[in-house]
Amino acid sequence: MKKNPIDTIFAALTAVSSFAIIFLIVGILIVLVSESSLAIHKFGILNFITETDWDPVKEIFGAASTLYGTMVTTALSMLIAIPIAIGIAVFITEIAPNFLKGPIGIAIELLAAIPSIIYGMWGLFTLAPLMTDYIEPALQQTFGKLPFFSVLLAGTPMGIDLLTASVILSIMIIPFTASISRDAFNLTPEVVKESAYALGATQWEVVKNIVIPYSKLGVFGGVVLSMGRAIGETMAVAFVLGNNHQITSSLLDAAATITVSLANEFSEADTDIYLSSLFYLALVLFVLSFITLFIAKYFLIRAERKYSR
Amino acid sequence: MKTIFRVVLMLALVLGAVSVQAADTLNGAGASFPYPVYSAWAFDYSKATGVQLNYQSIGSGGGIRQITERTVEFGASDAPLTPEALQKSNLLQFPAVMGGVVPVVNIAGIKAGQMHLDSDAVCKIYLGEIKFWDDAKIQSMNSKIKLPHKEITVVHRSDGSGTTAIFTTYLSEACPAWKQKVGAGTSVKYPVGIGGKGNEGVSNYVKRSDNSIGYVEFAYAEQNKLAYTMLKNPAGNFVAPSFKTFEDAAASGDFDPKKDFNLWLVNAKGKNAWPIAGATFILLAKDKKDASMKTVKFYDWAFNNGDTKAKELVYIPLPKALKDKVRAYWKANGLY
Repeated sequence: MKKNPIDTIFAALTAVSSFAIIFLIVGILIVLVSESSLAIHKFGILNFITETDWDPVKEIFGAASTLYGTMVTTALSMLIAIPIAIGIAVFITEIAPNFLKGPIGIAIELLAAIPSIIYGMWGLFTLAPLMTDYIEPALQQTFGKLPFFSVLLAGTPMGIDLLTASVILSIMIIPFTASISRDAFNLTPEVVKESAYALGATQWEVVKNIVIPYSKLGVFGGVVLSMGRAIGETMAVAFVLGNNHQITSSLLDAAATITVSLANEFSEADTDIYLSSLFYLALVLFVLSFITLFIAKYFLIRAERKYSR
Repeated sequence: MKTIFRVVLMLALVLGAVSVQAADTLNGAGASFPYPVYSAWAFDYSKATGVQLNYQSIGSGGGIRQITERTVEFGASDAPLTPEALQKSNLLQFPAVMGGVVPVVNIAGIKAGQMHLDSDAVCKIYLGEIKFWDDAKIQSMNSKIKLPHKEITVVHRSDGSGTTAIFTTYLSEACPAWKQKVGAGTSVKYPVGIGGKGNEGVSNYVKRSDNSIGYVEFAYAEQNKLAYTMLKNPAGNFVAPSFKTFEDAAASGDFDPKKDFNLWLVNAKGKNAWPIAGATFILLAKDKKDASMKTVKFYDWAFNNGDTKAKELVYIPLPKALKDKVRAYWKANGLY
């Protein structure tokens, strides 16, 4: 059978578009590696990741403090966002009457469309004063005396800290987690749910025993995808984290993440080794994001296989 | 038919005008600190001459890199390059306009100009060695005001900036302990304090936190009505930040054309000189004579016509003697 020439052209066009992405990614990786080669050469790989100092004047650069900040803000924001996001998804799919589903769904998608610099400025001018004056002192008074929390909540609340940054990040990733969870919950076959209700199960039991077990892999994939977003988010946290390169045990201390350091220091990095070290940080972030997405994809694919059978 | 013809003719004329103008542009990139004054000058300059300035405020580091790679016609940097560095990249350098850095405080009951500090006190506050406002050292300079026994909240910049470079150079020159422990640069490892992003971040945190001290560009302190401090200058006088004291600093600064004007204008010797100031610089490629002459024309025009505009935007124009030195430098390099 002779192939239609339009089909061939169409196939070629789509193939070119797809391969362009791969070329782009490989290109970025090559640029990152070549720009950071000076720093890789000087500091090595393991040394760079474990070095806690970051001193542009003495030209000592290490990624440990920013890696730590990235991981703490990401973990804390997930801790805040996941329960809320799953709550939203359960409400939309199982509990809300039909006329509410639309508006809430749209509101969530709108939240995802707000540019991150808006979150950043809102964080600096609105959230940080609220954290300083009300939320953080209240937390200190309530939990501050407990053994573990006394370390986590030590210091004077200033509003420029890991906690404030994590709260902003969690608001940014809730829409992602919620809408992916909602789609995953919708995969639960109606028949199974209706059978459970017929057997006398309550709404809570249906969600706990039917919906969540059915969709947990999909939800997990969504969670990891939002984690990728939290790791890479820049402008929302650049204003409220202080960019202090330190490893701190208190959540009320300023810190730095990889993205915050890049946003704050890139434009005025004046020496070659400084600039190269910033590129090296970006490379570390690239690898970290790659690993995160790899894990997410793995679970999403497993989830899809399970349900397509 | 007639209308269509008219529309086409109009379009052709407009496009023609645009492309004629596009041919007459001057491309520069660099420091963000002088961006407002350069664009104000550029607006007036294009009205006077038709030449458009396209200035991208991408930061001093980016400006230096772009002129080194010759992708722009001039670069701009808040930090002066050394003659050796200029030689290496075959560049010329001259100052364009000046700015100052001002310590600001937020203590209940203390107004602008009431707090008196010397460089040693500022240094010890930023090193974390002076922790309370009623420290004997601070109190001894401020016998007239009652200082509270409150912990000092130190605010600094979180992002790399020319403001930080000027401020830390001032501390490094005035205070050996600072030089040895921290040093000077666009971003340094601060021993204490919290970081605000940009002048707006620092002034926001100083305004919001009681008993805080921060440093911002002079313009920000003016516009936000922050309580600036008096500083003791090397001549031994307490001075307030003003056009007068900045001009005095500039006049007493030893800008040497033989060293391509490489000078940090800190701790200037003048009797009434404000001790934390700095010029912002323009970098030209020696081998791109046409582009450099175009740039020189623009700055010569700005030197002649731009002082009022600069002052409106709270920048300090170069004193006349320094402008003449810069013109002589252009002439010596065959650009004027």
